[in-house]
Amino acid sequence: MLHSISQSELALSAQNVDVFYGDRKALSSISMDIYLGQVTAIIGPSGCGKSTFIKALNRIGELESEMRVQGQLEFFGQNIYSPRVNLNRLRRQIGMVFQKPNPFPMSIYDNVAYGVRVFSRVSRSLLDEMVEKALADAALWDEVKDNLKKSALSLSGGQQQRLCIARALAVKPRVLLMDEPCSALDPIATMKIEELINSLRQEFTIVIVTHNMQQAARISDRTAFFSTDESRIGQLVELDDTQKIFSSATNSRTRDYVEGRFG
Amino acid sequence: MTLEQQLTRPLSLDRRIFSYFMSAIAVLFTGLALLPLLSVLFEILRQGLPNLKWEVFTNLPAPAGDTSVVGGFANAIQGTVLMVSMAALFSVPFGIAIAVYLSEIGKSGAIAQTVRFVLSILSAVPSIVVGVFAYAVIVLSTIFGYRGFSALAGSFALAVIMLPIVVLSTEEALKLVPKHQRLASAALGANSMQTVFKIVLKAALPSITTGVLLAIARASGETAPLIFTALFSQTWVEQILNPTPSLSVMIYNYSSSAFPEQTQMAWTASLVLLGLVTITNLLSRLITQKR
Repeated sequence: MLHSISQSELALSAQNVDVFYGDRKALSSISMDIYLGQVTAIIGPSGCGKSTFIKALNRIGELESEMRVQGQLEFFGQNIYSPRVNLNRLRRQIGMVFQKPNPFPMSIYDNVAYGVRVFSRVSRSLLDEMVEKALADAALWDEVKDNLKKSALSLSGGQQQRLCIARALAVKPRVLLMDEPCSALDPIATMKIEELINSLRQEFTIVIVTHNMQQAARISDRTAFFSTDESRIGQLVELDDTQKIFSSATNSRTRDYVEGRFG
Repeated sequence: MTLEQQLTRPLSLDRRIFSYFMSAIAVLFTGLALLPLLSVLFEILRQGLPNLKWEVFTNLPAPAGDTSVVGGFANAIQGTVLMVSMAALFSVPFGIAIAVYLSEIGKSGAIAQTVRFVLSILSAVPSIVVGVFAYAVIVLSTIFGYRGFSALAGSFALAVIMLPIVVLSTEEALKLVPKHQRLASAALGANSMQTVFKIVLKAALPSITTGVLLAIARASGETAPLIFTALFSQTWVEQILNPTPSLSVMIYNYSSSAFPEQTQMAWTASLVLLGLVTITNLLSRLITQKR
């Protein structure tokens, strides 16, 4: 693991993070660093707390249910759980793409413009530019440029998910969290999203939770393997360069998992 | 081929009987329930249509017993439209604000639960009691130098009747907006009120409209609270601080009248009231569907 630390600046870091749902502990002492400009994949069996972990990063989890976090989570050295943190600013910096495409029931244009409008008044021409840039970044512009006024719900599932990515990119986050973004999509749409992630890696730091090990192998720089212990509490088993995880993982449980022997 | 594999074999007799019997009951009861509704509609059309002339919408009521002039009830239409609109103008914004408070801020806290409880009691209060309340609060006090029956008092009573309907239906509508829409908005950095006003209320608009229409339909037909507050008048509506006619009170007055032409007018007024409510309904559905 040593050689990867020198690569770049820390975007996010977790130190001994425990996550609870009510009284139930879901994740135990997670420590991991996420580097700027890298794609970090989180893999692991169902119920190991992968999604819980990234929902703790932008604090969206606490909106869904009674989620509580202990330990230190930092975004560029700032404590994410400090009482002084403005949640709206945090979530703008750490964008999120959800498991199921969830466009708003409004036009394609308005979907992408939504996040921008929430934060500031911008001129129509600047907004047009930002929407176009975001849609182009999400590899959707060519498909929708003549139909920007059409309802987002008229798009196919894969297009809707790319629209959600465009929507997240439009507010220029530093980090993009993706919670199994392809699990509701067919293989072709999945491939497009993977190509998209590849093209975004220059500009954005991406953390992607995925069930699909091949996907993690194809798109990520580093991979974290989460699993559950005997008491069904999630934990980080191993975190390393993706290549290493898939060829010569240190931990035997990681090896078993990536070779398809369990999970 | 065994008996089990035979696809054309009918189901056992008791399963078939159960299915036919339950279907028959569902159809029969629906028919029975529709019977009174349809007969009311039919009777209103049968009695009301022959007298539905253009003058009805343009003329004042003819003096009782005078059959030489063609009477109408343009003033009552004016009054009903005026009072119901004023009541809606008051109860819709207040109702939506209360519903937003209940579903987004108060949630299941003690204050919100109390407000919900009070509103559901209010929605069960007989409308005549609301009329007496408005009588005590507005009619008996001096407002803008005027004391007495008025359109203002009438619309106040109607607004009190509409408020719980608007609040409770709006809250239901807000709760039905999928959670993932709220999360998507929050994940883009929107604060909770931005999410409510830009996403949740928009998505809930069709159901909110239905609730408002229900309230408008209810208020348009209310008679008891208006007898205590707006009273009636035989002349045009000129300002809101005067006794004001309404279709419902007119129907009430004329239906027990000794003059047959007034009873006929009451039927026609029922038809017009029905038409007004239907038109409001269709119009708002058209408007909200376009979004």
